[in-house]
Amino acid sequence: MFGLKADWSLDVFERYFTLGDYAGGEARWCPGCGDFAVLNTVHRVLRDAQLPPEQTVAVSGIGCSSRLPHYMGTYGFHGLHGRALPLANGIKSRRPDLDVWVATGDGDCFSIGAGPWIHSIRYNMDMVVLVFDNAIYGLTKKQTSPTSPEGMLTNTHPYGAPLPALNPLTVTLGITNVSFVAQVVDWNPPLLYETIKAAHQHKGTSFVRVIQRCPVFSQDFCKPMQEHPEQMLLLTHENGIPMDDSVKRVFKEQHEHDPSDWVGAMAIARDESRIPLGLLYHDPDAPVYDVLSSAGREKTNEEKLAAINAALDSFAI
Amino acid sequence: MTQTDETAALVSGLPDRQPTRISEHIVEVVSDSGEGAQKCGQTFGTISGKMGNGAWTVEIIPAEIQPPARSPAGASGIRIRVADSYVTNMGDEADLVVAFNEQVLYSRIANGAYKKGTVVLLDDKWASDPQEEIREQYAAAVGEFRDNGLVVHELPIETECLKIVDNARKGKNMFVLGMLCHIYSRDVQMGLDEIASAFARKGDAVIRPNQELFRSGYRFAAEHVDYHYRIDPWTDDMGPTVVTNGNQAIGLGVMASGMEMVAMYPITPATSASHYLADVFQDAGGFVHQAEDEIAAAGFAIGASYAGMTACTITSGPGMALKTEMMGLAVMGEIPLVVVDVQRGGPSTGLPTKVEQGDLLSTLYGMPGDAPKVIIAPATIEECFHYVILARKLAEAFRTPVFVLTDANLATGVQPYPRPVPQEEWLAAPIDQSAWDSNVPAYDWDPQTGLSPRPIPGQRGGEYVLTGLSHTNRSKVAYDSDTNQTSCEHRSRKLAALGKTLKPPVINGDDEGDLLVVGWGSTMGAIEEAVNKLRDAGHKVSSIHLRFLSPLEPQLKEIFSRFRQVMTVEINYSDRPDAPQITPENRRYAQLATVLRASTLVDVDCWSVVYGHPMQPGMIHKELNRRLTAMHNEI
Repeated sequence: MFGLKADWSLDVFERYFTLGDYAGGEARWCPGCGDFAVLNTVHRVLRDAQLPPEQTVAVSGIGCSSRLPHYMGTYGFHGLHGRALPLANGIKSRRPDLDVWVATGDGDCFSIGAGPWIHSIRYNMDMVVLVFDNAIYGLTKKQTSPTSPEGMLTNTHPYGAPLPALNPLTVTLGITNVSFVAQVVDWNPPLLYETIKAAHQHKGTSFVRVIQRCPVFSQDFCKPMQEHPEQMLLLTHENGIPMDDSVKRVFKEQHEHDPSDWVGAMAIARDESRIPLGLLYHDPDAPVYDVLSSAGREKTNEEKLAAINAALDSFAI
Repeated sequence: MTQTDETAALVSGLPDRQPTRISEHIVEVVSDSGEGAQKCGQTFGTISGKMGNGAWTVEIIPAEIQPPARSPAGASGIRIRVADSYVTNMGDEADLVVAFNEQVLYSRIANGAYKKGTVVLLDDKWASDPQEEIREQYAAAVGEFRDNGLVVHELPIETECLKIVDNARKGKNMFVLGMLCHIYSRDVQMGLDEIASAFARKGDAVIRPNQELFRSGYRFAAEHVDYHYRIDPWTDDMGPTVVTNGNQAIGLGVMASGMEMVAMYPITPATSASHYLADVFQDAGGFVHQAEDEIAAAGFAIGASYAGMTACTITSGPGMALKTEMMGLAVMGEIPLVVVDVQRGGPSTGLPTKVEQGDLLSTLYGMPGDAPKVIIAPATIEECFHYVILARKLAEAFRTPVFVLTDANLATGVQPYPRPVPQEEWLAAPIDQSAWDSNVPAYDWDPQTGLSPRPIPGQRGGEYVLTGLSHTNRSKVAYDSDTNQTSCEHRSRKLAALGKTLKPPVINGDDEGDLLVVGWGSTMGAIEEAVNKLRDAGHKVSSIHLRFLSPLEPQLKEIFSRFRQVMTVEINYSDRPDAPQITPENRRYAQLATVLRASTLVDVDCWSVVYGHPMQPGMIHKELNRRLTAMHNEI
């Protein structure tokens, strides 16, 4: 009205999406589960991007995290244990127009899905991969996962997890053609939002490890981090995750890290005395496989028939 | 036959002999791996096809890539059956063999590939080998072969080749092609043209010496080989014809079906279908994804299918085993998908390069719970092409995975057949992106047929979450008893609905009689050849060949009732009835027999073997003849 452009009121959205448009069935994780925070953040990022729900596909494997598609109002594919990534890759292969999100967990991705994890990072298809890492198998009730800290008491290792935990950051960083690696905790909403938003904006496979609370089976995994935020190392940089003062006030230990610096990222990931938060690595120019796999979609039936006829003719006698 | 100028020039001054007319011959070329015997045989088969003969070509493949030279187990080569009639199978024992060394003949003899009187044209270079051990082996083998009735001719093949090239290992095959072209009165110009096109990419410097070797082989045979035949064309009116192997036919079928995505992982003997596609698929807008493993290949194809582009995954038995969980997901989520299983010997890694029809039961029943799906089996190389197109249509119409079971015999067999004429209606429709009525559930099962339309991502209002968990018609997870019972019923009902649309099988022979032979897959040619020979001898035997294995074709029980005995002939394991420990109660039947017994309650017998090689008409004839004779003696 006052000082605004005269035609402002004419700029009517044909469709405006609210958070409710991205929400599906009522989420049924345990009270206090970190997964709620991730789900709400995904809804917010989608709402702010104003992506049509029908253009969005949430893909998952098996586990607590993998229930996420059921709590989305978008298309979804709740697949097989460890196999979310091949399904997501296939969805993207001929449909680069779809916005693909993958929800997976530490068991689903780093254990049974380890093969697809490695190769999907290398394919670098354009999608967001959120690994909900609570260092435990929750849905099957408290078995050791690859990221369970050494000594953690579980039902499969009642005398303590026998091996040092797998480091998903060094593994992911070590994969050829990796293009986006970030780490965040579920209990800091501004950092979680900005991290997932940055992941969504990246063209390629955005790998985000979300350190996630399981109040039922692995309380001891996150509690020390919550009580001692000085264990965390906040990665700051103008090309990193945008973060306001509220985040910087919580995580006082900070390190200026250029996300294009792969060697620096590997050094940070290897240093297990600190848990890095933020963007470890970003290469916006890494080749994206969906460009290859979706080639030829525009061919007309006439062109296809000509190609088939030419192929048959090459066998003619 | 028109004699071209080339032929005229080549034969001038050669002894003028009239060829003996024969109706068919089985020819083999065997060598160490890497000596080009297969190239030689394929070219010979192509020339024969072009000259209007019926032909069937099958490769003889050692399991190792490079077995040691002169290894009795390392035979690499090719068999070509050429006839003045339509040929549907590799036949029985060979009539004429060209061997690059004597050792490789041992494994062929052990396989029963030869008979008394089989002519062996053997390279004599080993007789003068610098190593005494090799000279002795050679002499001993030649003696042994002759004692066993083979007609061995020792020919200076290597010596002749060395007059033209420095290394006879490269090029001997074209010399032999020239020999075969004279022996069987093949068109010389066609041979030269085939060589030119085979080496087109390598240029004139390679084409010319190979053509020279070919000419030299031709003249050598004219002057020094007594065998000289002609096999007349069987027809001039097959119309436009193509010559492919079964895997190429699968690849061509994928293109012609309008599928645009094949996700695969390398596995013998399926991979060559993907090799072929990788070469040409992009011209039709398609893409071959080589996945990180078999499971991921299936997942990738399922993902593409879920997103609206029905995809295909091509594999063999061990790959099928790995994909099992994904296949169950496709059934549960009602995802259209085409799965091609080029069967090989099993279980486990089994016989990678050899044929078996061993995956029927595992495909039917290999998944946990009830997983109804469509299974079809092409019986000829031509059907390999058409059944992939059928498979995509069925997959989409019935919202289900469709399995196409071929085998190593179809995969590597090469045969001429009428050139398909691609139709626009074979191609997939564009992905539907129109709005979906959100009142229509994701699985709007028709209570009569179980069928339902499917929403595709991008369709506004159709948003649903596909899940492998038990789900309601709105794809909501539900563990209650009614939902699981009802959804299983609807998925199963689709098969019954499809079955209602099928025609009963066509009977080869009379509608009734003493014995009905039931087959499926690549054995059709051999079974019908054996059955027809017995019918010519007055036996009341008929055969049917099933293409639909799930659902089964209708009226089987009624057809069976018109024969005194019914039996299957299959290439998979069954207990012999007279084997130790075996009784009628504990006998394990061949796979189709098991299915037919269960579905018809008819006492269907079986005869099946797992020798790893294609079913041959002679073997079947012998077994059927034994049974028919026994039946007559009972009367």
